[in-house]
Amino acid sequence: MGTAVEVRDLKAWFGKTEALHGINMSVESNHATAVIGPSGCGKSTFIRCLNRMHETNPEAKAEGEVRIGGMDVYDVPAVDVRRRVGMVFQKPNPFPTMSIYDNVAAGLKLNGTRNRTTLDDCVERSLQQAALWEEVKDVLKKKSGASLSGGQQQRLCIARALAVNPEVLLMDEPASALDPISTAKIEDLIFELKQKLTIVIVTHNMQQASRVAEYTGFFLMGNLVEFDKTEKIFTNPSDKRTEDYITGRFG
Amino acid sequence: MTRTRFHQELEELKHRILAMAGMAEQAVDLAVQAYSQRDIAMCQRVLNNEPAINRAEREVDEFAVDLLAMQQPMAIDLRFILAVIKINADLERVGDQAVNIAQRVLHLVEYAPKDLPVDIPAMASKVRKMVRDALQCFIEGDADLAKRVLEADDEVDRMNKEAFANLSACMQDHPDSAAQALDALSIARNLERVADHATNIAEDVIFWIRGADVRHHAGQTASRI
Repeated sequence: MGTAVEVRDLKAWFGKTEALHGINMSVESNHATAVIGPSGCGKSTFIRCLNRMHETNPEAKAEGEVRIGGMDVYDVPAVDVRRRVGMVFQKPNPFPTMSIYDNVAAGLKLNGTRNRTTLDDCVERSLQQAALWEEVKDVLKKKSGASLSGGQQQRLCIARALAVNPEVLLMDEPASALDPISTAKIEDLIFELKQKLTIVIVTHNMQQASRVAEYTGFFLMGNLVEFDKTEKIFTNPSDKRTEDYITGRFG
Repeated sequence: MTRTRFHQELEELKHRILAMAGMAEQAVDLAVQAYSQRDIAMCQRVLNNEPAINRAEREVDEFAVDLLAMQQPMAIDLRFILAVIKINADLERVGDQAVNIAQRVLHLVEYAPKDLPVDIPAMASKVRKMVRDALQCFIEGDADLAKRVLEADDEVDRMNKEAFANLSACMQDHPDSAAQALDALSIARNLERVADHATNIAEDVIFWIRGADVRHHAGQTASRI
């Protein structure tokens, strides 16, 4: 298997406030890693550093090493990083005026792909991987992304991210705005996607973390308190702070 | 995100299983006393009290399953509820063993008293201490005391083996005492099983507190628990 993402001494700031205090983590390939912790603990900042989304905030900066398949993300253009590391956000954000087809094809077109067959194949494959194909195959160009339900929109965003064949998919609370059925679909999807890529998921829902992830990291006040196999974290964590958080004794 | 109500319910679960533990412990005490005093009325009380223990077992199980389903507990809370479910089953079995002893005593008193080569009160005293200690370690979450309960089980096993050897010999040498010897043998075995249940309870406390499975010496020696 091996390591998909290697993080060393990662620090991040918003202005003068240090939000991450030197994080070290090895994310295993073709597995899902969950990141949990109370609001403001730095978990979203952490995953946003993995594809350099953090620095899109003008006040923000990061320091340290994030290596993805041997590439240090801070040594190459951010666009190249984001091609290899996709991201899905809490609130589905399809391009509202574009058709379903164009939403999925957007990344490829941006990369210069114009061949119709290539685009068609990619759109179908991505929508199938995102478990949305059967629901939208007849309205690909007739319906806009915004016309779909919340759960479908989120799967459309996943398809859009998958279209450029990323090695890593970052998910920032991807199901927190969805109903239980849509949530279950996203969780099943994560299970399938692990065969092809590596997933890092931020979630407030600890049951979700325990269902989908093989590894879990617990963040608190900008530190990675504990990182271990998920079953260990949720049945017998080593650190008292982890135990107090997951048993609801603080937070 | 502090889960105050859930933690109050865990306390309530603990109270309920301790109430049941009190009933099971009292049943063993009564049965042993009935043996020493050859008291039929005490035997009857043990038999009459058994349905209450069975009812308590069902109620504790139901409450624990509700908490698992409704609260999705994690880590030490999850281990606590799992331990309670197992301890609950052990306590119900302790109640059954007390009933078995009482039934044997009812049989035994039909015969004239005999001097048998077994010290049931001494064995009972060790077993009752094991049960008390197992419950005490559960009340206090004391895994060290639980470890001592595991060690005490060896002594009870030894006493049971000794009782078996002595009473078997007695039956061969004095066939006229066979019925009484057989009852005493059963009572010794029932006490040994109560000690096994106390051991199980202690193992469950260690699992709850330390997250370590020490059943059947699962890869660990007592000194490494």
